Amino acid sequence: MPAMNLKESPLHPENAVRRETVPAGDWWMAEIRKGQTFRIVDVEGNEAADTLFYRLDDPQGEHYSAVDTARRQGNVYLTTGTPLVSNKGNAMLTITADTCGRHDTLGGACSAEANQMRYALDKKPMHSCRDNFLHAIQESPYGLSKRDVVSNINFFMNVPVTPAGGLSFQDGISGPGKYVEMRAEMDVIALVSNCPQLNNPCSGFNPTPLEMIIWD
Amino acid sequence: MPTTPVASERIVHTESVPGARYWSMVIKRGYTLRLTDRDGCANASLLGYNPRNPLERYNMADTLKGQHISRLTRGNMLFSDMGCALFSIIEDTLGWHDPIGGISDAALIRERYGEARFQEHWNDFYRDGRELFLIELAKWGLGSRDLVIPVNFFQKVTSDDDGNLHYHGNHSHPGASVDLRAESDTLVVLTTAPHPMAPGPDYCPGPVDLMIYRSAPVTDQDFCIHHAPENARAYANTLIANCQE
Repeated sequence: MPAMNLKESPLHPENAVRRETVPAGDWWMAEIRKGQTFRIVDVEGNEAADTLFYRLDDPQGEHYSAVDTARRQGNVYLTTGTPLVSNKGNAMLTITADTCGRHDTLGGACSAEANQMRYALDKKPMHSCRDNFLHAIQESPYGLSKRDVVSNINFFMNVPVTPAGGLSFQDGISGPGKYVEMRAEMDVIALVSNCPQLNNPCSGFNPTPLEMIIWD
Repeated sequence: MPTTPVASERIVHTESVPGARYWSMVIKRGYTLRLTDRDGCANASLLGYNPRNPLERYNMADTLKGQHISRLTRGNMLFSDMGCALFSIIEDTLGWHDPIGGISDAALIRERYGEARFQEHWNDFYRDGRELFLIELAKWGLGSRDLVIPVNFFQKVTSDDDGNLHYHGNHSHPGASVDLRAESDTLVVLTTAPHPMAPGPDYCPGPVDLMIYRSAPVTDQDFCIHHAPENARAYANTLIANCQE
């Protein structure tokens, strides 16, 4: 698969069945039905959308799997054409359009405790994606727990992996209005944290809104 | 690099895990687990949990981004998802262990190696990583929701500049070893099924020799703790977690 597979979508937001803005630092959880198309728009650019998917009729048993997704396509970056594969080897969604070109799935989500390890022990009070995930699943009716907060997708995030075994968070390759769009291959629950990270460039040191759009 | 001998009085246990089998034990703070790839063809796939609160577990993403790595070797730590150090890699004769390849499952094994059922092959039947992890996790009250992405010791997967993944066969050699110093009491769940990117067609996952020995005292100049500031902070968190021990 090419490093970047830029492709625009033929879909128009005015025809969508659902359209919501998610401010920075908020979480968003929604059911997406098989055949529906789901778009995340990086409204102002350089924002990270930390995303997990669960199978709607078996949320505790089947979820997005970062390493199965990478291994299936033989590539660590996500772009147009990438099937988002579950821990049971099923395609949950397929990326059908992408104007950013490359998305991360190895970097995981920020957390209070990971911020302590990465930046300073006194960073614990800062808001984080894993706090968002934990809050969302506690408020949701799906019976999910911390056990189900697995390795996620970071849409719009640039985390290059080097042949020598390096990995780093770098300035985003996204920009204002860039988007990624995917078709659901099964009924899924989408869980997104609009990343509040202020310690590294994953949100350009300026977390900004995302827009969520769903078409039938 | 040769494996450093361990004085016999420090060794508290040795054991071998055949290929395509499982093992688990709590490795206590102050002890080190040495894994040895006896025949040079093992995949020692390892997960780690806090035995007092198994919701705290080895976390691939935090381990990689915290140390800016996509491979594990001496100096690195295995971080939990709670900002603590579970293990420090204090010795490594190989130089690269795979944290991103994942786990084989039944469909993958069947597709790559064919089918070998117990009915015809008895205990030489083909087993997969997911099955073995689920069996061993169940013994600790854990299950598929706890089956996160493991470290595949003695295996190498690289990514080129375009992100394409490459599996390096014949990466290991007979006698290659890696020493994991427990920084917190850690439940280790280990399986030895084939790596999911191993090409086949011969099903021959190798055995792993285990040794548990008393760790040398951690000094102010410790290589792993000072390998990166993130390691020092994770270790500081670990000391706090153990402050009442």
